[in-house]
Amino acid sequence: MDGDEVPYLPRGVRLHHDKVRESWVLLAPERAIMLDQIGHAVLTELDGTRSFAEITAALAEKYDAPQEEIAKDSAGFLRALRDRRFLEVRE
Amino acid sequence: MNAQTPTVRPPIAMLAELTHRCPLSCPYCSNPVELARIDQEIDTATWKDVFRQAADLGVLQLHLSGGEPASRRDLEELVATAREAGLYTNLITSGIGLSERRLKALDEAGLDHIQLSLQGTTPEMADEIGGYNGGFKRKMQVAEWIGAIGFPLTLNAVLHRRNLHQLPRALELAVEMGARRIEVATVQFHGWALKNRDTLMPTMEQAREADRIVTEARARLRGTLVIDYVPADYHSDYPKRCMGGWGSTGLNVTPDGKVLPCHAAESIPHLSFDRVTERPLRDIWYKGAAFNAYRGTDWMQEPCKSCERKTVDFGGCRCQAMAIVGDPNATDPVCIKSPHHGALQAQAAAHSSSEGADLVYRVSPKKTAETIN
Repeated sequence: MDGDEVPYLPRGVRLHHDKVRESWVLLAPERAIMLDQIGHAVLTELDGTRSFAEITAALAEKYDAPQEEIAKDSAGFLRALRDRRFLEVRE
Repeated sequence: MNAQTPTVRPPIAMLAELTHRCPLSCPYCSNPVELARIDQEIDTATWKDVFRQAADLGVLQLHLSGGEPASRRDLEELVATAREAGLYTNLITSGIGLSERRLKALDEAGLDHIQLSLQGTTPEMADEIGGYNGGFKRKMQVAEWIGAIGFPLTLNAVLHRRNLHQLPRALELAVEMGARRIEVATVQFHGWALKNRDTLMPTMEQAREADRIVTEARARLRGTLVIDYVPADYHSDYPKRCMGGWGSTGLNVTPDGKVLPCHAAESIPHLSFDRVTERPLRDIWYKGAAFNAYRGTDWMQEPCKSCERKTVDFGGCRCQAMAIVGDPNATDPVCIKSPHHGALQAQAAAHSSSEGADLVYRVSPKKTAETIN
């Protein structure tokens, strides 16, 4: 994913707090994906206006970690979601 | 339960068969041959209570199905309640019975996703298979409305010997409609489909060609269209992990309120099923006899019992073992390790080369008890 792309969750894909399993899940057509802390942290940053670079910069500051590392880790996760059409991007 | 039985986890998905009524009469309908009548259907308040109980139990995905769920006039109200309870709501429909006005009402009610069935890619094929004139044209209109409102859409193409040649066009159609996903589902032989094996059984060549088309399309359409594929069952070497494992992932509620571990479970004669009107859903899931009958691996006999794949596919489909071998504890005969595998393959070859048989259409459920007696 390029730094200037704006990732967002399309209609029909949403975050849900699962009270029974005490976990955050991503609900999508025919899928419920249990999220770990990192996955949840990345997805809650998606607001449909900020670019991937802005999001990873924010996460780097919040978690006091190198932005490059965060970008690398979250790009793979977001790509997998994009391949399943659970994530869209705007230029 | 002993140490071999894993702890029972909460269910993730519930299939709510709201009604057995349907304007179509597809010869492979997965509803049981004995259909529930309209006067046996559970009422709006009961369904709402079931949805709330399901959410409390841990269900995340609710599939609203039938028959044709749009045949229920309270569909919009049921969707709204399910969403309020926190469930992801998926409508599984033929499109017949949905108007633009109803779709807008479903949008307001919070419906998350629509799965639209496809009986063929031409009016001639689709209307013959569905047994409903004008059905294809109407469905294409409904698909336009779905796109205009912006619902995420899955196209569910059911394929068999008569229409497998239309698979490439079905994939194109899904892209043209803006569907994010297509289910390429080769007919599974349960319920009404068992009566139609002579007309619907694909040939081995068709099954392999479909494998090839799907593999190629997945690479070509990556990021555009997600393809979920159910291959031809009788032509496989290993059985399907039915329902993700019996009583492990999902449950079904029938129009008259029976709770089943899978939609075909009533074909196993020794099982008895609890009803949502008589027992809490939580109790039925954790303690119900039908759910515990084939949970885990304790019930298995050889060759499953000592098989390294026993927790991969859980011995396959219990209903298929019942239907073909006559023993619901047997290994699914699709498995190459089953002593009945050779006979099943011979049967599949015979069905797939049989000519001239007519389609046996599903009949509509009777309206009241009186008309049956």
